[in-house]
Amino acid sequence: MSEKKQQVSRRQFLNYTLTGVGGFMAAGMLAPMVRFAIDPVLQASAIGDMKAVVEVSEITTEPQRFDWTIEQVDAWYTSEVTKSAWVYKDDNDNIVALSPVCKHLGCQVNWAGDDAHPDQFYCPCHDGRYYKDGMNVPDTPPNAGLDIYEHEVRDGTLFLGNAMPREEV
Amino acid sequence: MLQKIYDWIDERVDITPLWRDVADHEVPEHVNPAHHFSAFVYCFGGLTFFVTVIQILSGMFLTMYYVPDIENAWRSVYYLQSEVAHGQIVRGMHHWGASVVIVMLFLHTLRVFFQGAYKKPRELNWIVGVLIFFVMLALGLTGYLLPWDNKAYFATVVTLEIVEGIPFIGEMAKTLLNGDPSIVGAQTLARFFAIHVFFLPAALFVLMGAHFIMIRKQGISGPL
Repeated sequence: MSEKKQQVSRRQFLNYTLTGVGGFMAAGMLAPMVRFAIDPVLQASAIGDMKAVVEVSEITTEPQRFDWTIEQVDAWYTSEVTKSAWVYKDDNDNIVALSPVCKHLGCQVNWAGDDAHPDQFYCPCHDGRYYKDGMNVPDTPPNAGLDIYEHEVRDGTLFLGNAMPREEV
Repeated sequence: MLQKIYDWIDERVDITPLWRDVADHEVPEHVNPAHHFSAFVYCFGGLTFFVTVIQILSGMFLTMYYVPDIENAWRSVYYLQSEVAHGQIVRGMHHWGASVVIVMLFLHTLRVFFQGAYKKPRELNWIVGVLIFFVMLALGLTGYLLPWDNKAYFATVVTLEIVEGIPFIGEMAKTLLNGDPSIVGAQTLARFFAIHVFFLPAALFVLMGAHFIMIRKQGISGPL
């Protein structure tokens, strides 16, 4: 047997085989653990139920803050969590429900929170401002309008669901 | 590509001698099952190490979901096992591996004992090995409480009673381990968790390091 004909040497063959078998075993061991760890990333996001928030008759053209509670299931821990929305009727008598979470860094915004701008939403953290329709005022920190709640009116009561970013509404 | 990255690093920090020193050494003929099949008995130490690696990895992943708190411990275990993908496998690996480690350790000890491999100059390594065995038992004992179910709770009550049986310092030792003179509860679980995931593994790493360094220094004992 000439040396030339041996394209894979005995040493190489053993090296490849051992690396392959070892890699297969390591992968078999690690695969369940990695899948286990990344499970939250792959979970489908839960669709929240619509919750009764307020009687439609209480809603005015001036944004008012309404709070309601939902039952939040956080893996093995279930708790009551308070959610809020700024709700008003626009010029066409349509109900608008805006999320109070600032699109800059997540602080809570207030209607007329700044004396200099009584007809805007104001975030106290970095002076972010939004017009009444929730759109961000240019040249203030936020770079998007306030999220909008999915809403529904049943028997004169306003029901709210999840707050959605504007581009998804 | 990989070769180039390796060469680049090697050129600067000269890592080749480092791993050569660890990995590149000959296996004596009497230890190689390819020459004498009965040499498989030499595998038990390595298998113990292999299962220990599985225990460390699966344990690390389990702590991503587990909480050492009496209100939530059982619920978090139930959640990770029934709701999280492959939770049953990962917990199963840790659960069964804990027993397999003890079995492998025992077989390894039997081999060393019956071959007389513990004799001079390897007595110190035998002592370190026995310490590793104790640490492993302690890991099993502290880990047993963590699911916080009835079996875990009452097994730990018994353990603490045994500890109390130590002459003179029994009561103090029990309180030290339990966190409270009488209640087996919140403090006990937190303590056992800390011991299980920080203190004992730290001791284990030091002892295993010493065990392996000594094997390399002294070499494997000769054929019978």
